[in-house]
Amino acid sequence: MRSVQTTLLVFVLMATGVGLMCLKVQQLGLPLLPGQIEPVWSVEAKIEFDASGKGAVVNFDIPDQLGGYILLEEYFVARNYGLNVETDKGDRRAEWSTRRARGKQRLYYRTEIVPQASPEPEVEKGEKHRVPIVETAPEYAEPLKSAIGDVLGETRAESADIFSFVTQLLVKLNNEAPDGNVLVIRDNLDPKSDAWVDRLIYVLAGARISSRLVRGVLLEDGQSDQTPTAWLEVHNGEQWQGFDPSSGDKGYPDNFVRWSVGSEPLLKVDGRNAGRVSFAISQYGHSLASIARDRAAASKSWLSSLLLFDLPVSTQNVYRTLLMIPLGALVVAFMRTLVGIPTLGTFMPILIAVAFRETELVWGIALFVLVTSAGLSIRFYLERLQLLLVPRLCSVLVLVVLLILIISLISARLGLDRGFSIALFPIVILTMVIEHMSVIWEEAGPGAALKEGVGSLLVAVLGYLVMSEDHLQHIVFLFPEVLLILLAVFIVMGRYTGYRVTEVMRFRDIVER
Amino acid sequence: MIGRIRKLMDAGVIGINSRNRSYIMPRNPRRLYALVDDKVQTKKLAEAAGIAVPELYGLVNSVRTAREFHRFIEGHDDFVIKPARGSGGKGILLITERRREVCIKGDGTALQSSEIEHHIQNILGGIYSLGGHPDQAIIEYRVKFDPVFEKISYRGVPDIRLLVYRGVPAMAMLRLPTRSSDGRANLHQGAVGVGIDMATGVTTSAVCRDRRIIEHPDFGTVLSGHEIPHWEDLLLLAARCQELAPLGYLGVDVVLDADLGPLILELNARPGLAIQIANGRGLRGTFSAIDAADLSGLDPIQRTALSRKIAIEQKDVG
Repeated sequence: MRSVQTTLLVFVLMATGVGLMCLKVQQLGLPLLPGQIEPVWSVEAKIEFDASGKGAVVNFDIPDQLGGYILLEEYFVARNYGLNVETDKGDRRAEWSTRRARGKQRLYYRTEIVPQASPEPEVEKGEKHRVPIVETAPEYAEPLKSAIGDVLGETRAESADIFSFVTQLLVKLNNEAPDGNVLVIRDNLDPKSDAWVDRLIYVLAGARISSRLVRGVLLEDGQSDQTPTAWLEVHNGEQWQGFDPSSGDKGYPDNFVRWSVGSEPLLKVDGRNAGRVSFAISQYGHSLASIARDRAAASKSWLSSLLLFDLPVSTQNVYRTLLMIPLGALVVAFMRTLVGIPTLGTFMPILIAVAFRETELVWGIALFVLVTSAGLSIRFYLERLQLLLVPRLCSVLVLVVLLILIISLISARLGLDRGFSIALFPIVILTMVIEHMSVIWEEAGPGAALKEGVGSLLVAVLGYLVMSEDHLQHIVFLFPEVLLILLAVFIVMGRYTGYRVTEVMRFRDIVER
Repeated sequence: MIGRIRKLMDAGVIGINSRNRSYIMPRNPRRLYALVDDKVQTKKLAEAAGIAVPELYGLVNSVRTAREFHRFIEGHDDFVIKPARGSGGKGILLITERRREVCIKGDGTALQSSEIEHHIQNILGGIYSLGGHPDQAIIEYRVKFDPVFEKISYRGVPDIRLLVYRGVPAMAMLRLPTRSSDGRANLHQGAVGVGIDMATGVTTSAVCRDRRIIEHPDFGTVLSGHEIPHWEDLLLLAARCQELAPLGYLGVDVVLDADLGPLILELNARPGLAIQIANGRGLRGTFSAIDAADLSGLDPIQRTALSRKIAIEQKDVG
C-alpha cells in the first residue's frame, strides 16, 4: 500500500514537473538552453509629407494584432510634435500634432516584433472588427454594371462555396488574356494597389460577399523603402480568409505582418489622405530568454504567472542561488546514500559549496584547507586551556576572522589580483567545520576526521560544479517546476535499499578470502 | 564490482540503506529511541526490571554541581565517567586508581581534579551527545573485566555486542580494545571484533578496521577458539532487553565482570553492520528465519532456544 502510494506520488510529481515544463516550452517558447539567439525584426515606418507652414495633425494607423507575430517594443520619434495614442473602436492610431510645421516633415514609428511561439487564431475585438454584412448589392453604373454582372454570373457557375468563388473570380480578373468585361473592371488599376483591392471589395459586394482591405509589411532583411502591401480578406460567414489580390492564392506569405485592417487610409494629415508611408526593415539577434519573457507577458497566459521575471531583480538573484540549493542537495544525497562518502553533517557540504560561490572555487578550496587546518591547531591549543564549549567555539570564530584578515592583508601586500571578496557567510561555515572536525578528531581519531573533512570538500566541490553549471541554472530559473522532478528523484532514492559503493569495498572480506 | 555485489547479496549481507529502511524504520519506533539513547533511562529501566547493570554512583546535570563530583566517588577508588547520551563510545573517561587528588586514567596518565571537571563540563555542554544537545554525566561502577580476555585485550573493557532481532539474539561479537582504539571497544576506532558462534559461545573469525584478521594486532594471539563464559546467561540477558525497550532491531552491549558476571552496559537502537564481517556472514538469512518463526507468546528463555536452533540451521546452510 505504502509502495503504491509512493509510486503514485512519484508519478504525479514527475508528470506535473515535466508537463509544466513542456507547456512552458511550447506555449511561451521558453528556451531549454541558455544563450540562444532568436531573430528580432525591427520595422520602422517613415512618414513624410509637405507641411503648409501652419499647424498639422498627423494621424497614423499603428498595428494591433500582427498575425503570427508579437510586438515587443514600439518607439515614436517625431521632433516638435506632441504624441497621443488613441484607441478608436479597438483600433490604435497614433496622433502627432504640432502648432507650426514648414517644409518637408519626417516622422518615425519603430516597432520590434518576433514570431509567435505557437501561432494561435486571433480573436478580433471591438466594433471595428464586426463583420460587415452586405445587405444589398451596390447599384453599379454602366458599363461596369453589365461587366460585373457577367463576370459574377460566369464565376458563380464554376464555384462551390464563397472561398472558391473568390479564388475563381480573382483568377479571372487577373487573367493575362483578359476579355472585355475584365478590362472594364480592371480599369488599368495596379493589381498590388489599395485601389485594386477596394475595387475587388466593390465587385464582391455585388455578390453580397463581405470583404475588406488588409495592409501589411513583408519582412525582408535590409529593405529600406518598402511600401505597404495590400491584401484582400473575405468573410464566408464564419471566418476571415486572406487572398492575394493579384493572383487569387489563398492565405498570406509567411513573412506578412498585418499592420492595419480596413480601407481607412494608413496616414491622414489634417484629416485628409496625404503624405507617404514607407517601411525600413532589419533583423538582429536577441537573447531568447529575454524574448521569451516579453512574449510570455504579451501572451497573458496563466503560465506566465509562473515565471520569476515579475519579481524585483534583487529577489530574482536570491532565487537564482536558492533554486540551485536542491541540486546541491542532490549531489549530497547521491554521494551519501549511493556512493557512501562520509561528510560532516548532511548539509555542511552544500553550505561550503554556497560559500565557494562567493569566493570562487580554487581560492575557496585554498581558503578552506588553510583556515581549517590553522583553525584546528588553534582549537587544540584552546582545548588545553579547558574552556567551556560555547566560549571556546566563539574563540575559534574570532580567530578565524583574524586569520582571514591576515590572509587578506598579506594577499593585498603581495598584490595578488584576487582582491579578496570574502563574505560573512564562509567565515561562519569555516568555524562550524573546524569545531565539527575537532570533535571527530578527538573521538574517532585523525583518520576519521580527515576522511570526513576531505569527503565534505569533495562533495562540496562537486556540488559547487553542479550548482554553478550554466545550463542547470538556466533551466531551474526558467522552469522552477524542475524541483518537483527533483523531489520525485529524492523519493525514489529514499526507497533504495541496495549497497553503497563504499560498502561493496567494505564487506569484501565476507565473500572473498 | 557487479560480480561482488551479487556475491554479497547471495551471502545475505545487509548494507546501511537496507538496515535503515528494511529493519530500523519498521521495527524501531522513533519515540522509543529516548529509552536507549539516554543511558540514565536505560539504567533505571534495567534496575527496575532486575536486569544487571553497572551500579550508578552519581549523576551530574549542571555546570554548578560539576565541582561536586568528588561527592559521588567517595569510597570508590575506580570509576567511569561517561555522557548519558553519548554515541560510539565517545567521551568515556576510565579512572582505574586514585592517589590523593590525582586520578589515574585507564592508559596510566594522571589527571588533575580540574581536568576531570573539564571533561564533565564538556559532557554537560553536549560535545559528545547526539546533535550537540546539553547532556548529563554519569559516574558509575568500573567493570573489573573477566580475566579470560586478558590475553586478547589491550587495556580498556572488552565487551560483547549482541544483535537482537525481534527479541531473538541473532548475531554476536566480542569487541576487544586495541592500542589504536585507545582502549575503547569501538570498531570505528580500531577495536577488534570477533565473531561468536551463537550455538556454542566460541569465538570464530575476527575483523579489524573492516578487514578479516586471524591474530590480535597488538599481541599476536589467535582470536578464534575462545569460549565466552556464562554464554547461556548472556544470551538470556540480551533476550530480556527486549522487554526494556521493545525495539525490533536492537544492539545490546554486555560486559563480563569478574565478580558480578554479565552486566548490560548499554543498548543501541542503530547497531552497526561490522558484526557481519566479524562473523564472516550476512544477517539477512538469520533475520528471515526469525521472521518465518512464530514469535507470539515466546518468553526470553524460549527465544534464546530459538536463537540457538536458528544458529545451527544457518550453519548448515552456510
